Amino acid sequence: MTDQVTIRNAILADLDTLIELDLVAVAEEKPAYWRGIFDRYVAAGRDDGFFLVAEMNDEVIGFIVGEVRAWEFGSPPCGWVFALGVSPKTRELGVGQLMLEEMCQRLKKAGVTTLRTMVDRENKLTLSFFRSQGLRTGRYIELEKSIDDI
Amino acid sequence: MKMHKASLFALYAVLELASDPERQLSATDIADHYGISTHHLAKVLRTLVRSGLVQAVRGAGGGYRFVGVVNRTTLLDVIELFETLESELDAPPPKGQAGGAVIEELQSITREIDELTKAVLDTITLETALNSSRLRTKLAAQA
Repeated sequence: MTDQVTIRNAILADLDTLIELDLVAVAEEKPAYWRGIFDRYVAAGRDDGFFLVAEMNDEVIGFIVGEVRAWEFGSPPCGWVFALGVSPKTRELGVGQLMLEEMCQRLKKAGVTTLRTMVDRENKLTLSFFRSQGLRTGRYIELEKSIDDI
Repeated sequence: MKMHKASLFALYAVLELASDPERQLSATDIADHYGISTHHLAKVLRTLVRSGLVQAVRGAGGGYRFVGVVNRTTLLDVIELFETLESELDAPPPKGQAGGAVIEELQSITREIDELTKAVLDTITLETALNSSRLRTKLAAQA
């Protein structure tokens, strides 16, 4: 089945479908966010940031966005994947794995040897996916606090 | 985190059986493979059978086989058949308010640790653990 899937750079015409796909995970439409992602990772023509989509039978069925980030939190340059989604009707076909493999290739060409991501602890589906791809708890710990009552 | 022996033996058994769901193994086969007590493992296998993850096949050539869903069952699913994975703070009731606050803080820290432990174990499926084990074996053979 995955031989029918193509991974390619996102184009402007994909945005509406991507916004719909994103709605499956986050119940809030955010066109401005996706337009910004497109501007930063496609229109800007960077060689260290990638916005890819998976296509099957001329239909966009998944997306992944990643980039090289350097020296944030004192970390040497590494690749970050910060958005990933697959249409529920094409899950468990290996689409996510294909997109992640392509992203890893591109990030490696951009000069990094480590891949990072961050996932909500309750998001078992995505966490299990990244685990299945060999990602483990990394050396950086995310910390947070509420500042609502300051 | 100190995992109970029963949980560890259950993980051995489930991973061994799930690595080839067509294969039937006796408690002795598995116990010998991991160097553990057959008697203790037999008790663990009874719990696994009751949970529906493992089936006992009776008769000559019988044994146990995995009948769960390998890419849906997590390590936590197996462990929680035997323990709750919650740290116990063995603190007697505090006498003053300050003591109470310290105990509450320590309880909150152990809860944080427990939640992280569970988040890790609940997102590693048997399939992922088996794939990683196979990769380890392959890398060790290449070294």
